[in-house]
Amino acid sequence: MTLKLTGIRKTFRSSEGPVEVLRGVELAVAAGESVALTGESGSGKSTLLHIAGGLELAEAGEVTLGNMTLTGMNDATRAAARREHFGIVFQQFNLIPSLNVADNVAFQSRLSGRYDPALCQSLVEKLGLNGLEARFPEQLSGGQQQRVAIGRALAGKPQVVLADEPTGNLDEDTSDIVLDLMRILVEDAGAALLMVTHSGRLAAKLDRTVHLSHGLIAA
Amino acid sequence: MSVFLTSLVALLSFWRRHPGQFLTLLGGLTLATALWSGVQAINAEARASYAEAASALGQDELDRLISPDGPFAEDIYIALRRAGWAVSPVLEGTITRDSGVIRVLGIDPITAPPAAQTIDLSATEDLRAFLSGRVYGAPELVATLSEGGFDAPLTASANLASNTLLMDIGLAQQVLDQRGLISHLLLWPSQHKGLPPIAEIAPMLDRVGPDTRSDVASLTNSFHLNLTAFGLLSFAVGLFIVHSAIGLAFEQRRTLFRTLRALGVSARVLVGLLVAETLLFALLAGVLGMIAGFFIAALLLPDVAATLQGLYGAAVDDTLTLRPSWWIGGLAIAILGAAAAAAQSLWRLWRLPILAPAQPRAWARASEAALRRQTALAFALIIAAVSVGFLGDGLLSGFAMLGFGLVGAALLLPVVLSALLRLGARFASGPVSEWFWADTRQQLPGLSLALMALLLALAANIGVSTMVGSFRLTFTGWLDQRLASEVYVTARSEAEAEALREWLEPRVDAILPIWNLEARLAGQPGEVYGVADHPTYRDNWPLLTAAPDVWDRVAAGTGVLINEQLSRREGLFPGDTIRLPRQWDAPIVGVYSDYGNPEPQAMVGLSAFQARYPETPRLRYALRIDPRLASGLMEELQTDFGLPADTMIDQASIKSISLQIFERTFTVTGALNVLTLSVAAIAILTSLLTLARMRLPQLAPLWALGLTRKRLAWFEVLRAALLGALTALAALPVGLLLAWALLAVINVDAFGWRLPMHVFPADWLVLGLLAILAALVAAAWPARWLSTRAPSDLLRIFANER
Ligand SMILES: Nc1ncnc2c1ncn2[C@@H]1O[C@H](COP(=O)(O)OP(=O)(O)O)[C@@H](O)[C@H]1O
Ligand SMILES: [Mg+2]
Repeated sequence: MTLKLTGIRKTFRSSEGPVEVLRGVELAVAAGESVALTGESGSGKSTLLHIAGGLELAEAGEVTLGNMTLTGMNDATRAAARREHFGIVFQQFNLIPSLNVADNVAFQSRLSGRYDPALCQSLVEKLGLNGLEARFPEQLSGGQQQRVAIGRALAGKPQVVLADEPTGNLDEDTSDIVLDLMRILVEDAGAALLMVTHSGRLAAKLDRTVHLSHGLIAA
Repeated sequence: MSVFLTSLVALLSFWRRHPGQFLTLLGGLTLATALWSGVQAINAEARASYAEAASALGQDELDRLISPDGPFAEDIYIALRRAGWAVSPVLEGTITRDSGVIRVLGIDPITAPPAAQTIDLSATEDLRAFLSGRVYGAPELVATLSEGGFDAPLTASANLASNTLLMDIGLAQQVLDQRGLISHLLLWPSQHKGLPPIAEIAPMLDRVGPDTRSDVASLTNSFHLNLTAFGLLSFAVGLFIVHSAIGLAFEQRRTLFRTLRALGVSARVLVGLLVAETLLFALLAGVLGMIAGFFIAALLLPDVAATLQGLYGAAVDDTLTLRPSWWIGGLAIAILGAAAAAAQSLWRLWRLPILAPAQPRAWARASEAALRRQTALAFALIIAAVSVGFLGDGLLSGFAMLGFGLVGAALLLPVVLSALLRLGARFASGPVSEWFWADTRQQLPGLSLALMALLLALAANIGVSTMVGSFRLTFTGWLDQRLASEVYVTARSEAEAEALREWLEPRVDAILPIWNLEARLAGQPGEVYGVADHPTYRDNWPLLTAAPDVWDRVAAGTGVLINEQLSRREGLFPGDTIRLPRQWDAPIVGVYSDYGNPEPQAMVGLSAFQARYPETPRLRYALRIDPRLASGLMEELQTDFGLPADTMIDQASIKSISLQIFERTFTVTGALNVLTLSVAAIAILTSLLTLARMRLPQLAPLWALGLTRKRLAWFEVLRAALLGALTALAALPVGLLLAWALLAVINVDAFGWRLPMHVFPADWLVLGLLAILAALVAAAWPARWLSTRAPSDLLRIFANER
């Protein structure tokens, strides 16, 4: 399934008047494809990613996944679509503090009814989290936390993985390890990956890079 | 100095930006101070009234001569006077009018020592008027009495206690129908040298020292201790609010603290600043709390006054006076409370490294070790409570037992709740419900203070309502037994009594004399009753323990009954003997319950009573008659016989008066109960509001994963209801234990009687629902706040922009 964004517009009201952040963005990410979204700080990368995942609404334009139109849905249906088709990894605070590593990894897949213990177990192993299953988020390092978030995103067998600077809080070496793991696992799962980053080095690891500036994608 | 001021301004600016939190903190402290100082104001007012009553007689300064047998003959006074002793006679007693019980004080103005002269009679004219029948009374009493019911010239005097009439002793002897009798003699402080000893002239009299705390004051002590305990509980519950509000404000200002420290403000100065801030709050809330407390006290005082009057015959002004000591006490308690609430936060700040993470953490995350320490402390307190219960004796140790037990139970609550939630998690199916249980458990540390407050409020509620309910059931049953006769009538003189008996003879089934004598029983002022041998007593009298042939022995005059108070206080049981007036060591053959009466009492057979105390006026009678004829008889007594209406009362009226007194007794308790529960609800609200802000980062991932904000908000509400219900469940055994302690320990020590415990499960259900409701109401606001968070607020959590 392809994630397709067409004519996305978004304006924020600020004290200095309205700020047009997105001015008709066109973007498509096919299944099995990995795309890096780059741009200057404040250029609207996160906003675009949020709109793609139905976390935020655009004023104009359409977001479709296969034959589903996310933009026409109400809050509850959009939430359901997020549960079933998307895996989302943010820069921080991804995990549910009251659940341990194993439960966090399994959580979304169980929400969407696609829980597969074997898959969870293999993800835990591939992400190098063996032995940490019983730990709680606060007992993990930043890199470990992000790996758990990736495991959780993938355990639900999503069609699309959205990641917003998932390694932004990590040092360079850890970033490389985490990103490589994510890229390989997404590729194995045959999902689409859209990742926001401002690091050219990390962007180069993905299939394709798109650049956001002045509210438009400059391919 | 400028460092101090500049920094203080920076610290205080926080409150301008968080007015809600400011109000919570101020409100909590104000409420706590208000409840405490309200109760204190009531107590102070009552104590002042007792002291006034004591000083009316100079009893607080002068030695007195009393007889253990009660009032004694004037001859003894004359004999002492002749021997050269400077003594002055006093007759004290009570009369009943529509307006209530009135204390009559008869003095001899000529011989009375200066300390006993409450009324200024130095003008010859006043003295003459007094001697010829002028009566002094408190203005209110004079106002009610001059509308009728007392025919003597009345003069108002503000120096007298509100239910007291002061008159010449000769007049008092008439009014009280105790001709030639004296209750006690006042001794002048200085006496001639070389007088023959009193013991020689009047061997039957005992000399007692000045008594600043009148009998009433010592009787009502327990009642005031009860009120104080309740005030303290409300205060503690209020402090929970303050504690959580201060804790939150400290957490939120961590960044500011760090900045100030980095800019060169030392830890010492910073802590000093926060102490100053806390003091500021305490003073502000203290003053507001005193004002609110004054209103609470003014609202409750009439009921308290009625209770004290009904239960102990103690007169308490029902208007409030402000005393400086009360103001100082109120402010002190506000400061103390604020200090206690802020201590933990200040301590943490003191130990905070300069560059500690400035982000607010989920605050007060209790570590396992802390929880273990708390559990150990809880058990230690519970063990202390049990030991005090076993080893201690008296009212104070009773309250110590309750205090230890309640705090111990409260400390145990988080552990118990955690275990219950773990159990609940076992039955969870599906990821969301598993998360719900786990997350609820994780919220416990942040909520546990508020839940402890709720537990205390609920337990107090269950305990007190069980006690009141048990009391009510027992009391109504007891009234039925005790008031078996249909009509009670009192003649105004011996002659009238004689005529009355004759008149009644053909009209009623039985005339049962109730003659009584005031006497000292086991050193306490009390009464001896003479009762007839009649099935009314044999069938109905509420005996607790009795020898097998109890009524025969009472009738024969070879045995007497005593009330439960006397039995418990002195450890007297059937088989023992009791010293009654005229050196009568009477064998005890039974003990009866005598609720609502603070004094010791003994009952003897009528013939024995007449034989030993022939001079006792024979004025009161209980009449047995077909209940349908009772009201007709009372009418005839007035129209045909000519007795005034206030000399007779029927069974139904006495019962309803007794029950009314009873209900008023517990109005105050009920009101304090409701207040405490509301304070607990506010404590929950503030904790939830506090947590709501910290919960965003915990809930945002769930929202991102596809749970709607609405659903998450509902979970918050559900969690509050669940915790409310579980706390109510935990409060039930605590409340029942409390009720048991109140009934079996506190009441026995305070009043001298023990009540059987009854349980009222329907009330528990209502209270449980109330607890859930309180939690729901408290959760509604934060939940609404959560459900209306814009997505961007939630999304901001995930980016590094906070
Ligand atoms: N909720 C919001 N309200 C107002 N302005 C916002 C909001 N979210 C983002 N913006 C503004 O939109 C612009 C784009 O933000 P964002 O998408 O976070 O940028 P990026 O992720 O590329 O750094 C920024 O100027 C930011 O200030
Ligand atoms: Mg961004």
